This record gives sequence, structure tokens and C-alpha cells, in this order.
Amino acid sequence: MREIEYIKAVTEALDEEMARDRDIFLIGEDIGQYGGVFGATKGLYRKYGPERVKQTPISESAIIGAAMGAAITGLRPVAEIMYFDFITLAVDQLVNQAAKIYYMSGGQINVPMVVRTQYATGTTEAAQHSQNLETWFAHVPGLKVVMPYTAADAKGLLKSAIRDNNPVLFIENRVLYYKKFEIPDKVGPIEIGKADIKREGKDITLVSAGMMVERALEAAGELAPGIDIEVIDLRTIYPIDMELISDSVKKTGKVLVVHEAVARFGWGAELVRNIVEQLFDYLDFPPKVLGNIGVPIPYSVPLEKAAVPQKQDIIDEINRMIKL
Amino acid sequence: MDKKTRTGLLRQLYKIRFFEEKAIDLFCEGKIEGDLHPYIGEEAIAAGACAVLKKDDYVLSTHRGHGHCISKGEDPRYMFAEILGRETGSCKGRGGSMHICNRELGILGANGIIGGGLTISIGAAISSVYRKTDQVTLCFFGDGGANQGVFHESLNMAALWKLPVIFICENNQIAATTPVSEVIPTPTIGQRGKCYGIYGNTIDGNDVEAVYNEVKKRVAEARKGNGASLIECVTFRQKPHCMDMVESRQWTKEELKEVDQADPVVLYEAKLISEGVISRGEAERMRKEIKDMIEEAAEFGLNSSFPDAAAVGDYVYAQ
Repeated sequence: MREIEYIKAVTEALDEEMARDRDIFLIGEDIGQYGGVFGATKGLYRKYGPERVKQTPISESAIIGAAMGAAITGLRPVAEIMYFDFITLAVDQLVNQAAKIYYMSGGQINVPMVVRTQYATGTTEAAQHSQNLETWFAHVPGLKVVMPYTAADAKGLLKSAIRDNNPVLFIENRVLYYKKFEIPDKVGPIEIGKADIKREGKDITLVSAGMMVERALEAAGELAPGIDIEVIDLRTIYPIDMELISDSVKKTGKVLVVHEAVARFGWGAELVRNIVEQLFDYLDFPPKVLGNIGVPIPYSVPLEKAAVPQKQDIIDEINRMIKL
Repeated sequence: MDKKTRTGLLRQLYKIRFFEEKAIDLFCEGKIEGDLHPYIGEEAIAAGACAVLKKDDYVLSTHRGHGHCISKGEDPRYMFAEILGRETGSCKGRGGSMHICNRELGILGANGIIGGGLTISIGAAISSVYRKTDQVTLCFFGDGGANQGVFHESLNMAALWKLPVIFICENNQIAATTPVSEVIPTPTIGQRGKCYGIYGNTIDGNDVEAVYNEVKKRVAEARKGNGASLIECVTFRQKPHCMDMVESRQWTKEELKEVDQADPVVLYEAKLISEGVISRGEAERMRKEIKDMIEEAAEFGLNSSFPDAAAVGDYVYAQ
């Protein structure tokens, strides 16, 4: 075991995969000598050169479209979208083109590409640099959406995303980037679509993904031992691991989903739909979703904190639920 | 140009024309559920350009893509089956007219989004350079597509990296119901190439040999590593935008005459006959042979079964 920053785990995954398979190349803004604005591709330009680390103009549509074009002609590109918010500039390429060509072609043309991006709330970067749009893409047949929390999960899931023969949206978190995690010396691919129990418990199932897993764990720590919370890290937004969720809900009968994405029409709502449809008889009371209350992420620090669930919000909600 | 190439071009022109005419017949008979975007009048561009290509070169087509697909070698039987929604279709009935593709033939697809092929073509070109082959990519789009933001991004990137992509703008002078004069403020679209630092030209898109020769030159440059080109081919769209729409243009008698006299199929047949390349009789026999082939292809489609509804969930994710 060793300790590394989450972002270093991303770099390692890219490096190890690129060393293993010459069909893999990177494409994105500022990913070359600078190593990416956060440092995710640090050292890779020096090691692999401009042919395999392609730094582009500011052209998100072309970046994603080019990744698709390369993926359907024999290569395995990993494109970077600097901020999750900027994916909006490439939605046609991702949603109308990459997600659909395998189906529309009757199975002739598949798209082994990865789109890496990052998000966060809490960095005072305001509404156009702080969005959680994973639900939009989880809603699109043909795409897979991955959102790891730990460095080991990031490394293993990124390897799987690269080896997947479909377009995978891989969502990192810039607050987590510089957080140190314990990681095994060797990390192989982790299966996409498998959630993980980060903390076992018997009283209530708390489901989360990305940065929010940390707040969930903190809340669980504070509420222990009085309330024994099972914290599930979804890891993959689509496909959802209903098997693991099921086992947990059958055990606890109580579910709280917490995410930074806007609560209304968010993936939490989808998770609850599945739980209510499939596990109704096991529920002690209605499942609940906590998310962004429904505002563009504000700039001012107290407003930004108030917009998305904080540790205390989770604690308060669980206390309310337990009383029911 | 040798006789084989020239008669080959004429065959391709007939093939596309008769395919489209048959498809329109099927549509008017109520046999096609979806819509059609007829390529009638524009055949010289697809026929001339694709005749230059090798099997492993790539083509990005448009919503008006039957001409490109036929010219790149897709079997008209599978194309009819596809637009009829049958399991034997090019895409097993999953894609329809606007999404016909054939991976083996390098037909990376007709596309339902205007300009949808532009950024994809950049990727295909990056790929061939990366894999060190001399494959080229032809990207078709129209006067409408030339105004999409992705046109800018794609030409810029192609120029930057000297990508082997030929951007072919099929200027049929109208986008759905909007005339090109109302949306392009400059005399030509071809002149835009210069702004990006690539070759740009405007040619007569109704002259199949002119298209062939121009594309051949630029493809040769691309294969040598001399980068991208923009070729604007000016033509006429003889039919409405699609079969579901009425014609918006109010042609004057003079305009109709101009369109008729520019018909690429009629022009080229007359040219080859007048130059003694083929006789009138040979031309008639060629036409009959191809018409019969098209009829048979349509029959193949009509006699094919529909996909099993239980398989509706197939092909969402690859293994």
C-alpha cells in the first residue's frame, strides 16, 4: 500500500494504459507540456510525445467529434473536457453521434472512447464552472457514466473505461484531486457498474457518489455508534448496481440518497424510482433524496455552501428519518 | 480520362438517379414509413468524388446521403431494405435513410445532423495519420452545414495538423427552404478555405469529370501529407428538401430551364455520346441494365422481413 493524490492515480492509469496499448491517445486542451490545468496528464507529453498527447485549440465539439472519429476507425482515444460545464459545447457529438452510432449502424460501428472531465462545488468558481451534469448523460442510451470517489477506484475504473468498447464519461472531482488516499501498489481494472460499500452498517442505507461520499462518511462517523449507517459509493451512475443496492435496502429498510447534482430529476430520483418499484415491501418509510436545492451554483461562499448538501444537512436528515 | 473510368462514372450517375427515382416511387406508394431526402440533381458530386477513393478511404455523408453510399459501393439491395426498415438493411433497419453506413466500405455514415460528419471526419483523418496509412477522408456537407460552428472548428483543426481530409461542400443553393444567398454573405463558400490556411476552390458540381479531376488532385495531395482541402461544388437540388415537404422555391420558367440544362446525368450521357465514347444504343442498354438492377434491389427490400420486435434492445452497448 502507498499514499497518493487522487489525481496522481488518474495519471498512473493513463500512463499504464498508454504503455500497454499503442492505440490509446489523449486529446484535449492544455494537456501537453503543462500537463493539464490540474495536472492530470503531467509527464505524459514528455513520455509519449505530441502524437499521443494531442493538445488542441479551444474546440470542444471538435475534440469530442475527433475522439469519436478516431474511435470508429481503430483507435482508443481519451478526450479531456476541462470542466464538466464545458461538455455542453460537445453535446451533439456525445449524444447524437457517439452514443447512437452503434445502434443506428445495426451493430457495425462501436465507439471505444473515454471522455474524462472534472467537477466540484465549493471552490467559489460559480455557476458555469461548478455543475453536476451526470444525470443528463446517464439518461442517454449508449453512454456509460462513471464517477469515482477514491484514488484506487479512479485508477481501476479509468482502466476499465479505457478498455470498454463503448463511450464512457469519466467524471473526476477537482476537490478530490489533491486529497491523498491509500492505494494498493498495483491496481487493475475495476468493473464498471459495480457499486462499493465504503462503510458497512445496519440501520440506514446512505447512497452517494463522488465528493459526496466523503460527506456521507463524515456524517456516518459522527452519528456512530448511535446510528449505524451503511455508506454505499455508487461509483458508476449508469449502469446502476441495483444488486448491491438491493441487498443493502433489504437489510436496512431505509434509504437516503445524497448528491451534489440538482435534486429534481437527478440520478437520486432514478435510484429511488428503482428502489420503490423493486423493493417497496422492504421499505420502512419513503426514500429521500438530498441534492442541490435548485439553484445555479452561487459565487459567494455562504451561498455556495447553502446550495448543496453539507455534512450537517446529511446528519439532520438522517436524524429526521430515524425518528419516523 | 480512359473509357473505363468515364463509362464507370456514367454508370454511377445512372445508378444513383434510378435509385432515387425508385425510392421516390416507393415513398409515393406509401411503402416507406420514414422520409427521404432526394439527391436528384446532385449526382455528379458523389459519383465524381467517390470514384477517386479506395475501399479503405473514409466517407462522412449527410442526411441526403444515398448518392455517397451508392458511390462508395454500398449494395442498393441493402439500401432499399434499410429505408424500408427491414432486417436485411445496411443497418438492420435500425438507422434508416439518414444513418446508412457500412464499416467495411469506410462509409462512416449518413448523418441526421447538419454538419454532423465534420468533426467525425477530423477523427478519422487523425486516425489514418496515427496508424501511418495513406487513407484519406471525404467529408460531405452542404451550403447549410457550412455555417455550423463545427465547420469552423473542423477546418481549423484540419489545417493545424495537416490532416488528410477533403471537405466537400455540396452547394445546392438551398438549405431546406432557405436560399444560400440569404445565409452566405460572401461570393463563394470555397473562399473560406484560404481563411483557415488550406486549399479552397469552387467548381461546377454538375460536371462529373470536373469533380473527379479536382478531387483526384486534392486526394493525391492529402495522401502525400500536404493536408486538407475545401472543395465547393455548386449544383441544384431538383426536388424539395424532403418528400414530406412541399417545394418552397417558386421556379420561374427560365430557372427551371437552367436546372434542366444542368442535369448532371443528362449532360454526361450526352457528352459521352457526342464524344463517341459510347453509342446511343450502348447508353440505352446501360440504362436498362441498371434500371433492372435497381428494380430487383427494391424487390429484395420489399420481400425482406422486418426485424423481430423482441430485439429492439440490441446494439445499445457493444460487448
